[in-house]
Amino acid sequence: MKLTGAQILMEVLKEEGVDSIFGFPGGATIDIHDNVVKTDMHHYLVRHEQAAVHAADGYARVSGKVGVCIVTSGPGATNAVTGIATAYMDSIPLVIICGQVPTHLIGNDAFQEVDIVGITRPCTKHNYLVPSVEDLPRILKEAFHIARSGRPGPVLVDIPKNVQQGVTNYKPNQKVRLKSYNPTYKPNAKQLQKVVDLIKSSKRPLIFAGGGVLLSKGADELTRLARSTEIPVTMSLMGLGAFPGTDPLSLGMIGMHGTYRANMSSGECDLLIGIGVRFDDRVTGKTDCFASQAKIVHIDIDPTSIRKNVPVSVPVVGDCKSCLEILNTLLEDEDLEAMKARRRPWMEKVETWKQQYKLAYAQEDEIKPQFVVEKLYELTHGEAIITTEVGQNQMWTAQYYHFDRPRQFVTSGGLGTMGFGLPAAIGAQVAFPDALVVDVAGDGSIQMNIQEMATAMQYKLPVKVVILNNCYLGMVRQWQELFYDKRYACTGLEHAPDFVKLAEAYGAVGFKATRPDEVEAVLRQGLETPGPVIMDFRVSREECVYPMVPAGAPITEMLLV
Amino acid sequence: MTEEKHILTMLVDNEPGVLSRIVGLFSGRGFNIESLCVAETIDPKVSRITIVTKANEPLVEQIEKQLRKLINVIKLRDLTGSGSVQREMALICVRAKPENRDEILRIVDIFRCKVVDVGVEYYIIEATGSVEKMKALVNLLKPMGIKKIARTGTIALFREPH
Ligand SMILES: Cc1ncc(C[n+]2csc(CCOP(=O)(O)OP(=O)(O)O)c2C)c(N)n1
Repeated sequence: MKLTGAQILMEVLKEEGVDSIFGFPGGATIDIHDNVVKTDMHHYLVRHEQAAVHAADGYARVSGKVGVCIVTSGPGATNAVTGIATAYMDSIPLVIICGQVPTHLIGNDAFQEVDIVGITRPCTKHNYLVPSVEDLPRILKEAFHIARSGRPGPVLVDIPKNVQQGVTNYKPNQKVRLKSYNPTYKPNAKQLQKVVDLIKSSKRPLIFAGGGVLLSKGADELTRLARSTEIPVTMSLMGLGAFPGTDPLSLGMIGMHGTYRANMSSGECDLLIGIGVRFDDRVTGKTDCFASQAKIVHIDIDPTSIRKNVPVSVPVVGDCKSCLEILNTLLEDEDLEAMKARRRPWMEKVETWKQQYKLAYAQEDEIKPQFVVEKLYELTHGEAIITTEVGQNQMWTAQYYHFDRPRQFVTSGGLGTMGFGLPAAIGAQVAFPDALVVDVAGDGSIQMNIQEMATAMQYKLPVKVVILNNCYLGMVRQWQELFYDKRYACTGLEHAPDFVKLAEAYGAVGFKATRPDEVEAVLRQGLETPGPVIMDFRVSREECVYPMVPAGAPITEMLLV
Repeated sequence: MTEEKHILTMLVDNEPGVLSRIVGLFSGRGFNIESLCVAETIDPKVSRITIVTKANEPLVEQIEKQLRKLINVIKLRDLTGSGSVQREMALICVRAKPENRDEILRIVDIFRCKVVDVGVEYYIIEATGSVEKMKALVNLLKPMGIKKIARTGTIALFREPH
């Protein structure tokens, strides 16, 4: 059938099962947006392109589907870059459709022309400038295939206006053929047998799980592995939810703000099984000292992750879920009880660390931010989908909200993007309209994309924003306090809007708490009020996140208070 | 860790932007490229790129993995060592004073090069060979005055088994 480029785009989106799109139009996307509204796809008009990408990203993280957004050429495309880089760092499958000036104007500094393919080359898994309408169907199919397969990531497709308008013959459901792209899903069986042998002989094993477990949908298999072998599990920030946070075997998060027991365990284990992690510097601290007594097993679908940051004894390239399935099968033939018995001293040691130092804070006259997160956990029975902004708010959420399910915690781990949480919450709410979605925010971060309250209102997406308002760029202030002699250069946020009134200005509801005894009531009211809500908690200004490992130090050397 | 020279050769899709993707991998990680050659192969849809770089073992492993990960890289091989034939070509514009002309021609002869242009004061010499040969040639011609030089950098092919 003969279709225009814009119509072809709609056909492919339908084929790929897309039902929700986040976008912002412009001259270079009029043809596309004109066709979007003729389909039964839902288009969410955001207020800033960065938010369109974060929303598609949040949608993808909670649903496991490919997130889609549409932005216009030039400034629309450049506004999207932070969102794209955020998704790239966390391996989130997205397809970003960009309008572009007509082909004959490309390279001429045309109005709203920008080389977005050039700009996003280092922060996309792949990208395309579509040269002609004939190439469009193939490229779109490839884009979805590349975004979701292997190690997922964002793929950008830049479509010139004349390509959107051009007409060609369209054949539905074309197969993707890419001769050079074949991700390794099936692991090498011999390597996995080596892992089993190491598990058998190790006295102090530790599992370290990351976002890759969630992306491969391998959380159940991980849980089975840990429980059957009784190996304690620690998680990276991105891995929270890959193993139930309330399970006795869970040691919580590892790294710069990881728990005492997780960091100490990594220092003393003799076997560290890294699954779907990339040994980020926020996790390892000083790399020479990281897990220095351990043989390291690294399971990952991306060979470039392996041996990038730490030496690895047994590399396994493959899909985390498949690897875990095979490991579980191989372990069925082993004497697990004997294994567990031999490791009792290790488990006792881990338990001592747990008792020795627990995450704690002292509630005084002022509201402690940790208290707010703890109460939020209690009142939501640990069942809400939680997004965060970046900074202390993010770390306190990771520490004090315990995630038992995969895809329940949505945070910008790799890039650490302030302004991520609210639009990501909007995307998550679109994916799960009936879920309770809460963005835990800092007063700094929330001001980076607060305009998205309007989007939430327009589409009746009842996201709740919990602001831990310390009138500071808190995390940076914390570093200044600890490492820069308390010179709080440029981190004071004295002039903030009245968030209650701001919520009201958007037509939403706002609440404020200034005393500890108001926290619970405000949270209850906020969570029970229908529609978007902002809750402003005036918390203790100079509270710090502990434990903390100074950047570049071994992660077993923690500042505890 | 010691740095060693590596000759990486790859077949890539012959499309706009592919070279910049590859070069971007090097610059984005702060690696230096010593030389780079690109041209179409027999299949006009495929180009061969040869890159010479200096790096230590783990870095080269990283570079190779990252290159393989690019969607447009079809095949990649490290051709360092004797399993491959390696050549480079140079055009050297050298000052040809009357008293030096015989010497220049002798060198050209010994190195099996060609004089491809004769001017009043300058000769242009075309030379091909290994990197070492090029170095030696340049060293000999230098005292006479090299005005300019254009080098291709290394190209290399894996030797097929006999
Ligand atoms: C876009 C962006 N700019 C700057 C930073 C650096 N940064 C990291 S945490 C932080 C402070 C965040 O302050 P706030 O949102 O108030 O949260 P708090 O740490 O107080 O909880 C800053 C500025 C960042 N991560 N992202």
